[in-house]
Amino acid sequence: MSQSSVQAKIRSNPKFAELVAKRTRFAIVLSFVVLVPYYTFMFLVSMHPQIFAAKLSEGGVLTIGWPIAALLVIGGWLLTGVYVSRANGEFDRLNQEILKEAHK
Amino acid sequence: MKRSAIALLAGSLLAVSFAAIAGPGGIEGVEKQPVNFSAIAMFMIFVIATLGITKWAAAQTKSTADFYTAGGGITGFQNGLAIAGDYMSAATLLGLTSMVYFKGFDGFIYAVCFFIGWPIILFLIAERLRNLGKFTFADIASYRLDQNRIRTFAAVGSLTVVCFYLIVQMVGAGQLIQLLFGLEYNYAVVVVGVLMMVYVTFGGMTATTWVQIIKACLLLGGGITLMLLTLSKFGWSVDTLFAKAVESHKAGEKIMVPGSLMADPISAFSLSLGLVFGTAGLPHIMMRFFTVPNAKEARKSVFYATGFIGLFFLVTIILGAGAITIVGTNPSFFEGGQVGGKLIGGGNMPVMHLAKAVGGDIFLGFLSAVAFATILAVVSGLALAGASAISHDLYARVIKKGQASSSDELRVTRFASVGLGITAIALGIAFKDQNVLFLVALAFGVASSVNFPVLILSMYWKGLTTRGALWGGIAGLVSSVGLVVLSPAVWVKVLGNAKPIFPYDHPAIISMTLAFFVTWLMSVTDKSARAAKEAEAYEEQYIRAQTGLGAAGAHDH
Repeated sequence: MSQSSVQAKIRSNPKFAELVAKRTRFAIVLSFVVLVPYYTFMFLVSMHPQIFAAKLSEGGVLTIGWPIAALLVIGGWLLTGVYVSRANGEFDRLNQEILKEAHK
Repeated sequence: MKRSAIALLAGSLLAVSFAAIAGPGGIEGVEKQPVNFSAIAMFMIFVIATLGITKWAAAQTKSTADFYTAGGGITGFQNGLAIAGDYMSAATLLGLTSMVYFKGFDGFIYAVCFFIGWPIILFLIAERLRNLGKFTFADIASYRLDQNRIRTFAAVGSLTVVCFYLIVQMVGAGQLIQLLFGLEYNYAVVVVGVLMMVYVTFGGMTATTWVQIIKACLLLGGGITLMLLTLSKFGWSVDTLFAKAVESHKAGEKIMVPGSLMADPISAFSLSLGLVFGTAGLPHIMMRFFTVPNAKEARKSVFYATGFIGLFFLVTIILGAGAITIVGTNPSFFEGGQVGGKLIGGGNMPVMHLAKAVGGDIFLGFLSAVAFATILAVVSGLALAGASAISHDLYARVIKKGQASSSDELRVTRFASVGLGITAIALGIAFKDQNVLFLVALAFGVASSVNFPVLILSMYWKGLTTRGALWGGIAGLVSSVGLVVLSPAVWVKVLGNAKPIFPYDHPAIISMTLAFFVTWLMSVTDKSARAAKEAEAYEEQYIRAQTGLGAAGAHDH
């Protein structure tokens, strides 16, 4: 079977459209979940630094800036875990089905 | 023959280090430290172990696929560690801790900027990169575009980034090793350059990967141990650590809030654009995605890499904050014993002094050896990326039009590695005593404005044409290099002018935007027959990118 007929089969398989749509949307949503808080943080840091001066607890020295920055790092990592678990599970199963059906 | 060559090189390295110890000039120069024997001994153990691995890797390296990608047989977890090893340089350990030590919270903001590109690389780039590429990032950029021109341009982009980054690392290596080991600057540069040549030339990607993995484990292990020792001095309380830091720092409570570093929003935005998207355009990082067997493992590698890098950054923040009290109030770490004066060894030393304060001379020696190993691992990754751009892209594809035999290509890549090693040594010595920080801005500027736009558009935009990619790339290259030259870091600090022509140190806000705009404009106005063909070829590339159909397999031989 030629490569181009396999490709044509993949292209016409509704599962391919489903896979691409789902995975693309998921990736874009997660990118926004990372980038929007990050650029908001950067914007506030340079325009309104005083809001980060609020103390975490009465009498302590830690300001809310530190846990927020740590959350950006830890949250970013957890989101990579969210993406990988869905992409390596659900999406890869769909992908395998598409490839199998195309080679039939 | 290989075995004896490695033995010979190991022997000459030992000779070089001992000559350095015995040589003159042990006390000349204010910044030079006494020879640190425990550090040198521990570093020698690392060198012997990695040379042993190189010998083993050399036996495994038979084909070009073995050389460039370790045969594609690296697991996601191993590759994640190796990516982290590639990304966490000695500059990160020393620079970030010293930034927190001096500026407090601003250092943390910087760390977040260096980190946030990783999730984006996973969501938008990693699996397509793996599905489309074989050995280099130029494979993807030139997938459906003109092989000669786009591949040449992508290879030049890679080599430019590699060279800027290499100079930074070599100069850093020379200064650091002079400080930590008490070795001459030039000896240190030669030792790093020669070891890098040995790893890459004989062991290719297999040896480079294992050097990265070992180094990543040492750096993470060393960092965490140091953090625990530091926390033990504050009764295991982060609150106490920060309370003491505020007490000890001359800026007081100001270290807990954003300071001057990010005060200009445009400058902060330009910096973050360059760091976030420049990371995705670093050739030695992209190359690591071809070492795993498939997209599944490629995704896992980024998950692990992101975790290790994030953990390491959080650890360095604690180290920097702990050093404010432990190092900042101890007169023995200041020149002339004056607390608050100049730190012995310079502004990058807080974490090293911290190691000595909480772990003694042995721990300082260990951390020094880790820092040296770190530089070695990073330059090896860079040299490998540079060598593959020369041999795979320029020689095998452009000059030989894909007709080069595997053995010829391997020979060229080994010559290229040796050539890059010699170039790196020469540049490292030439740039001695120069302020090379602007080269970091240059490397990330070129990566974000030349490599990243063509990479992302070739994968995502059907309308990209050869003409667009070429003009956009040139616009990105000229504007990023030009703006860095006109920036405060070069125009004022290097060239000695009174005022910068371009006010920001990082050019990405202009150069990256310009690169995207020119690429778009020159693509949509391209009505040639070739442009139509390139758009047509997108279909096949798209299916391969999405499903991995026809992607380069795990074993090419």
